[in-house]
Amino acid sequence: MENFEPVIVAFCCHYCAYTAADMAGSKRLCYPPNVKIIRVPCSGKVDAIHIMKALEKGADGVYVAGCLEGDCHFKNGNINAAKRVAYIKKLLDEIGIGGDRVEMILMSAGMGERFAQTAVDMTEKIRKLGPNPVKSASRDKASNAA
Amino acid sequence: MITAERKPMEELIEYLRPYHRILLVGCNECVTVCSAGGRKEVGILSSALQMAFMKEGKTLEVKEMTLERQCDPEYVEELVNEIDQVEAVMSMACGCGVQEIARRFKTKPVFPAVNTEFMGASERQGVWAERCQGCGECVLGLTGGICPIARCSKRLLNGPCGGSTNGKCEVDPDIDCAWQLIWDRLKALGIEDRYEENIAAKDWRTGRGGGPRKIIREDLVK
Amino acid sequence: MKTESVLEKIFASGEFAVTSECGPPRGAVPEKVIEKAKMLKGYVDAVNVTDNQTAMVRMSSFAACVFIKQLGMSPILQMVTRDRNRLAMQADILGAYSHGINTMLCLSGDHPHFGDHPMAANVHDIDSVQFVQMIRDMRDKGKFQGGDDILNPPKMFIGAAANPFADPFELRVSRLAKKIKAGTDFIQTQCIYNLDKFEKWMEGVRDRGLHEKVNIMAGITPMKTVGMAKYMKNRVPGMDVPDEIIKRMAGVPKEKQPEEGIKISVEAIERLKSVEGVKGFHVMAIEWEQKVPEIVEKAGLLPRPQIDL
Repeated sequence: MENFEPVIVAFCCHYCAYTAADMAGSKRLCYPPNVKIIRVPCSGKVDAIHIMKALEKGADGVYVAGCLEGDCHFKNGNINAAKRVAYIKKLLDEIGIGGDRVEMILMSAGMGERFAQTAVDMTEKIRKLGPNPVKSASRDKASNAA
Repeated sequence: MITAERKPMEELIEYLRPYHRILLVGCNECVTVCSAGGRKEVGILSSALQMAFMKEGKTLEVKEMTLERQCDPEYVEELVNEIDQVEAVMSMACGCGVQEIARRFKTKPVFPAVNTEFMGASERQGVWAERCQGCGECVLGLTGGICPIARCSKRLLNGPCGGSTNGKCEVDPDIDCAWQLIWDRLKALGIEDRYEENIAAKDWRTGRGGGPRKIIREDLVK
Repeated sequence: MKTESVLEKIFASGEFAVTSECGPPRGAVPEKVIEKAKMLKGYVDAVNVTDNQTAMVRMSSFAACVFIKQLGMSPILQMVTRDRNRLAMQADILGAYSHGINTMLCLSGDHPHFGDHPMAANVHDIDSVQFVQMIRDMRDKGKFQGGDDILNPPKMFIGAAANPFADPFELRVSRLAKKIKAGTDFIQTQCIYNLDKFEKWMEGVRDRGLHEKVNIMAGITPMKTVGMAKYMKNRVPGMDVPDEIIKRMAGVPKEKQPEEGIKISVEAIERLKSVEGVKGFHVMAIEWEQKVPEIVEKAGLLPRPQIDL
């Protein structure tokens, strides 16, 4: 895939993952610009439809980043989010988009390195998987027509 | 509630393959309660279907609507404004709803998005279990409020059979032995003697066996 | 006598009755039925023929019973409620009686889940208790279950099963009472390994005088190997195999295990003979029918009384 730059949407919870992103920034840790961060009050706020819409609109990968087990500011929002992600992964496999485009990641507020590393890892993983199939088919069609 | 589960995506995509514009209709009652076909599920399925089509280089326009319920003609009538702009309808309601839409809109193909399963209750969040078989002659008054027809794998009215083990059914250790439950309940109510009264053979005419059923309330019929 | 049944006559005589079992073949092979039955002739009073046992399709019990009858033996027609509705059952009963079959065993039947047709509809139009009642009313009132009169009503001697080892134990005497109320003439129990538990059940049965209202036959199945013992202990619902039995079987070398299994069965019969209320023995030697004569002989149950059929 020539010069495929994946677009990754990262839903980050305010208390942990987003703060970790901030920490990465303060520490001048590099992470790929492919990752677009969306701050949410809690990873549990992310519903199945948000993940689906992100992919539908063309994101190549999505991850939901929440607090470590037992640390969720809202008790078990992170656990609910993890369950939803697991459910969506199965659905995505069923329709041939691929469940491995979606992940649930846990981290604490101080884990700047983990935030950066996750962004790197996810970008590379999606780069290898290739563009979201919803785009490539219409792109091929368009280029064939041209 | 009537419970249901979404059909496999492969089957749904196959139904909709010939079309480009469809109406996806959810129901606000039973299938919402069992998270199979309510507004939320309509949104997720719509997105999934569109992505599946886009993947093949095709488009599927999905008009999303959720009715209060689909088993009453007044609500199904609300689709009349949208129906002409679409080629087909997919309903996320139970079989009753799908059929009502088909009955009202005779020239529009209608497809079920879910497999309707059973009449049941929520055991706990995310878990629904069969409770009633609609036999038409309720025996719950005799069995301490637990139905042997819906909950006993052999629908014994004078159970348990010899396969009851540790309060579980021989067929599946996740199934409670209905007669163990009934016995426990009769004990809790202090009416154990009820157990030895033999329940007579059932008249299945009041159930589905007698043919599709209808209820007519003369005082309500216009 | 209510019927012409050999079993009824033997119970009335006060002798222990002895029955065994014949599983029909999974094909149209009458020779297999005849072969098995011949092994038992003279050693038992009557032979049960199972009905699609473990929900696997076999030659119908009715057909197999006819072959056994033709050998001059006394078949016991087993019928389950799983596969037939009440019309088919009553029709088969009329047919069987017309062929001279006069003894039946009424059961619910193993769930189709266990068999070779798990996708089949699970009928259970009536349950085993209602089934007993239906046959009793056919015999004593001369009426079909629906209420009409029967021409020459079948006089069946009615049997049912009892399992003292299934849960809940506290219900098992009451369940027997229900079956007796419905009209059961004789009972065959699930095979007994836990003699203490069986005796406890019999105590409960005698406390209520039920042992005088029905003829109870103790079920006996000889173990062939320690593997079989373990399988029955762990994988068969409603079966109680105490650890001592496993130990005994495991304690002898493989070639000696069948002999040990038979020894255990014979000892059980000897002990059960002295349990008040036990009126007979039902020896189920599944796929090992050739050992029944040996067991019956060693248990001192020969010769069998000669009853004119």
